[in-house]
Amino acid sequence: MLGYIGRRVLLAIFTVWAISALAFAIIQLPPGDYVTSYIAQMAAMGSVVTDEEAQNLRIQYGLGQPIYVQYGKWVKLIAQGNFGMSMEWRRPVTEVIGERLSLTVVVSVAALFLTWVLALPIGIYSAVRQYSAGDYAATFVGFIGLAVPNFLLALVLLYLGFSLFNANIGGLFSTEFQDAPWSAARGWDLLKHLPVPALILGLAGTAQQIRIMRANLLDELRKPYVVTARSKGLSEMRVILKYPVRVALNPFASTIGYTLPYIVSGSIIVSIVLGLPTVGPLLLKALIAQDMFLAGTIVLLLGVMTVIGTLISDIVLVWIDPRIRLEDT
Amino acid sequence: MDDNSEGGFAPLPTVDRQTLLSVRNLKTYFAQDEGTVKAVDGVSFDVSRRRTLGIVGESGCGKSVTARSILRIVDRPGRIIDGEIQFRRPTNGAGGRVVDLAKLEPNGREMRAIRGAEIALIFQEPMSSFSPVHSVGNQIIEAIRLHQPVGRQDARAKAIEMLRRVGVSSPEARVDQLAHQLSGGLRQRAMIAMALSCKPTLLIADEPTTALDVTTQTQILALMRQLQQEDGMAIMLITHDLGVIAEMATDVAVMYLGRVVEQAPVDAIFHDPKHPYTRALLRSIPRIRARTRERLTPIAGAVPHPYDRPRGCPFHPRCPEFMAGRCDQQEPSLRPVAEQHTVSCFLYE
Amino acid sequence: MAGPDVAVDPARAPVRGPSFVAAAEEQRVFVASQWQLMWWRFRKHKVAVASGGVVIGFYLAVLGADFLAYADPNASEAQRSLMPPQPVHWFDGGKFRPHVYALKGARDPQTFKRVYRADPSQKIPLRLLAEGFEYRFLGVIPMTRHVIGVAAGLDASKTIFLLGTDVQGRDLWSRLMYGTRISLTIGLFGVTASLVLGVVLGGLSGFYGGITDTLIQRVIEILRSIPTIPLWMGLAAALPRDWSILQVYFAITIIISLLGWTELARVVRGRFLAMREEDFVVSARLVGCSQMRTIFVHMVPSFMSHIIAATTLALPAMIISETSLSFLGLGLRPPAISWGVLLQQAQNVQTVAISPWLMLPAVPVIIAVMAFNFLGDGLRDAADPYGR
Repeated sequence: MLGYIGRRVLLAIFTVWAISALAFAIIQLPPGDYVTSYIAQMAAMGSVVTDEEAQNLRIQYGLGQPIYVQYGKWVKLIAQGNFGMSMEWRRPVTEVIGERLSLTVVVSVAALFLTWVLALPIGIYSAVRQYSAGDYAATFVGFIGLAVPNFLLALVLLYLGFSLFNANIGGLFSTEFQDAPWSAARGWDLLKHLPVPALILGLAGTAQQIRIMRANLLDELRKPYVVTARSKGLSEMRVILKYPVRVALNPFASTIGYTLPYIVSGSIIVSIVLGLPTVGPLLLKALIAQDMFLAGTIVLLLGVMTVIGTLISDIVLVWIDPRIRLEDT
Repeated sequence: MDDNSEGGFAPLPTVDRQTLLSVRNLKTYFAQDEGTVKAVDGVSFDVSRRRTLGIVGESGCGKSVTARSILRIVDRPGRIIDGEIQFRRPTNGAGGRVVDLAKLEPNGREMRAIRGAEIALIFQEPMSSFSPVHSVGNQIIEAIRLHQPVGRQDARAKAIEMLRRVGVSSPEARVDQLAHQLSGGLRQRAMIAMALSCKPTLLIADEPTTALDVTTQTQILALMRQLQQEDGMAIMLITHDLGVIAEMATDVAVMYLGRVVEQAPVDAIFHDPKHPYTRALLRSIPRIRARTRERLTPIAGAVPHPYDRPRGCPFHPRCPEFMAGRCDQQEPSLRPVAEQHTVSCFLYE
Repeated sequence: MAGPDVAVDPARAPVRGPSFVAAAEEQRVFVASQWQLMWWRFRKHKVAVASGGVVIGFYLAVLGADFLAYADPNASEAQRSLMPPQPVHWFDGGKFRPHVYALKGARDPQTFKRVYRADPSQKIPLRLLAEGFEYRFLGVIPMTRHVIGVAAGLDASKTIFLLGTDVQGRDLWSRLMYGTRISLTIGLFGVTASLVLGVVLGGLSGFYGGITDTLIQRVIEILRSIPTIPLWMGLAAALPRDWSILQVYFAITIIISLLGWTELARVVRGRFLAMREEDFVVSARLVGCSQMRTIFVHMVPSFMSHIIAATTLALPAMIISETSLSFLGLGLRPPAISWGVLLQQAQNVQTVAISPWLMLPAVPVIIAVMAFNFLGDGLRDAADPYGR
């Protein structure tokens, strides 16, 4: 078991490293270096960067030195919590991102949670009552969920809300709580706004998970141990929930790792359409304005967040699957 | 196209006190898009107390479906469409109460009280007949607690005791292991322990030793005989292996294409087989005391496709005694030819 | 004569109705080629067959986009801004004579929006195979005929607007046809690039195993645990602004194909691993086939069908990626026309509320994605001809 977790942690570290390299590449991609554009930006704003300041910045970021040195310096700065300056906002990146990152986490986790809560019972039902009307209905909704890109779904729901109820279903907070400090009332307001984005984000994943659960369970239902359990005289409900569902839960649980990146990815576009105060709209703005430190940081933080989520799900899997727990003991 | 009403069966000797299970004209069909598979098509046989009925036949002849029909755990789309499964339930003192399992609700209370407690099942595939994520003990304890009013600790003690009885060494440790940590032989022992944990009156063993190597097979069969002597249950042993039959069975029913073609005590089957199929089956296996260079004769032809059962006697396309105009037109029924010996063949009508 | 030997050989057996037919049927299955078996299985999957038809229809539209369009997709005109879809009247005086009414635009003095009023006195008959703007059919044959149009002397782009117009007054139907061409080919090229990556890396991984396998598997695992959209957004945003449509087109194709190869590699590797142990591969090696021959003559043909199925299933993701990126303004940029570019106009909910037809380009996206999914599912099931 320790070996398994060790391997997972190692892989997570490698992944974070790969993400940081990619984020750094994104920062480096546009022509010109950071300090030059910073000076130009400041000049455009009417303030002057002294030569000394500029020199300090160059040393800090290792400009003019080989690319790996620059990367190392950048990583070092990040380790100290310095993510650089946002050109667009002329404020430190961390300040600009503010609570948006945690709201991204909240939205993603809500979507993931919804995915599970919906997919598990529906998947079980679909498999146990294969070819029933309910199974066909679930399959159909599942196909819609897979076929409609989530940003289109967001768009359609937004339009329907707007034209039918004259209501804005976007956003995460009511106007009065938009910039209010955290309070119980604000939290409640957030909870009330959460279901729509969570459903939109989670639908594709739910559809996929229903298919996975259904297929796995159908496989398991044919296995002899189900006959064994049945031949003991257990009730059908007990047979199915205790045995095949339990076994089918493992591959189901292991896909959570692949669902999370998918949801985080989707949250970017959906947030842009629905105007959610997550990092999504910020990333788009930063990319269009070539505000690369902000963009790179967002890519980095999203990636790291996803890796942590995946790692947690892997460890949960160990707890669920005794076969892994007993591995190399 | 098959007219079953004319075939039917002749009544066997009346159900006496010694008969535990009496199956009459059982039909279990699987309705599929491509056609109906008549997996069990009018099976009749009896199992007596404390005896072992061997059911023998080629693969696909409906042996396993018969077993599952008795337990009422046939997978969909399979369905019992006709017949009786008279089972004598043990009651305190008196000779017991006879119920027709075919009439019970498959998942109803009474059927579930019988399943596992009075009729237990062990089968092939020792690899996958235990759940891969639950300990062996967990699954045995579950069976015990389901049918007996005992607490968790007592049930665990019983499970360990049962494992010891079936010859599992250090059962206290094994009880918490997962099935895949046990060898094939041990797993089958654990399976037997689970099946017998509630002292059933009938044990259905569906190819219990097919997946095991010969040495282990011998051990498992010896174990089953020993436990039968101790607990006094009847065994319904399903196999395609005539060697296993010779070793274990007291009575034999020979099945072909969803029918019983011959039922008799084991000696009669081996020494005085009546049905051409039984004879062909016996000719196809080697004998220890055979003359050297004696030829084994395979049975001509192949088992017909299940969608396409031949008209008349199901065996007639492969039968060396085929009588044109009779065997391919009418269906024979089980008739007594000697004491406790019934055959379904026109040669004896 | 009716001895047992008669029954032994089904070919010589007396005709006994269904049993003989069944035997013949079985015989047919035994001698059928793998592709024939696949086709028989695929044919049973009605939804997949229908989806196959839809997919073929889509690609015919790709080939004949200019023929199906009736107006120059880039002909803009402020006077025609945001026209709603125009109803077609099929009968005129009891006779089948499809026509539309001429539209008159005026600015509402209160809201300053342009409103359009149909003029029933001015009927514009629709013609099949009418003359229209010049184009080259399939890129070579110069033509002026279009599937529908108006009588000679009238300009289709000024008179018919079956699906309405966008803000710049360009005809949505015609733009949709051109958008289909770009969106579906970008998916096709993207999936081809993914396929090459996936087959090479998956093949290496599955055939050699060991260190190579571990390495490639880890790379795949890492790629799959990164949220891709922000990354691709970053890459796409870094494309130089002054690139031509063609350059951007290929850059976007490459970016989205980097997204799709992992799944294909997984399928190929799985097949290779399963097949390495198959008797026919082992025997091919034992009789001395070279490694190349073993791979390309014995192994690849037997999992070709799986690859085709996996490729079909990978296409929807490509289409959605392109649409998403272009929708955000990071993918293809006008004047290129793709489904995503068209949907960009629907980004603002206020605009959509007033002109809901701007959301119409979502319809082909959804239909295409569904059709590819169903087709892929059907192919995947059929790819295993001996399966359940």
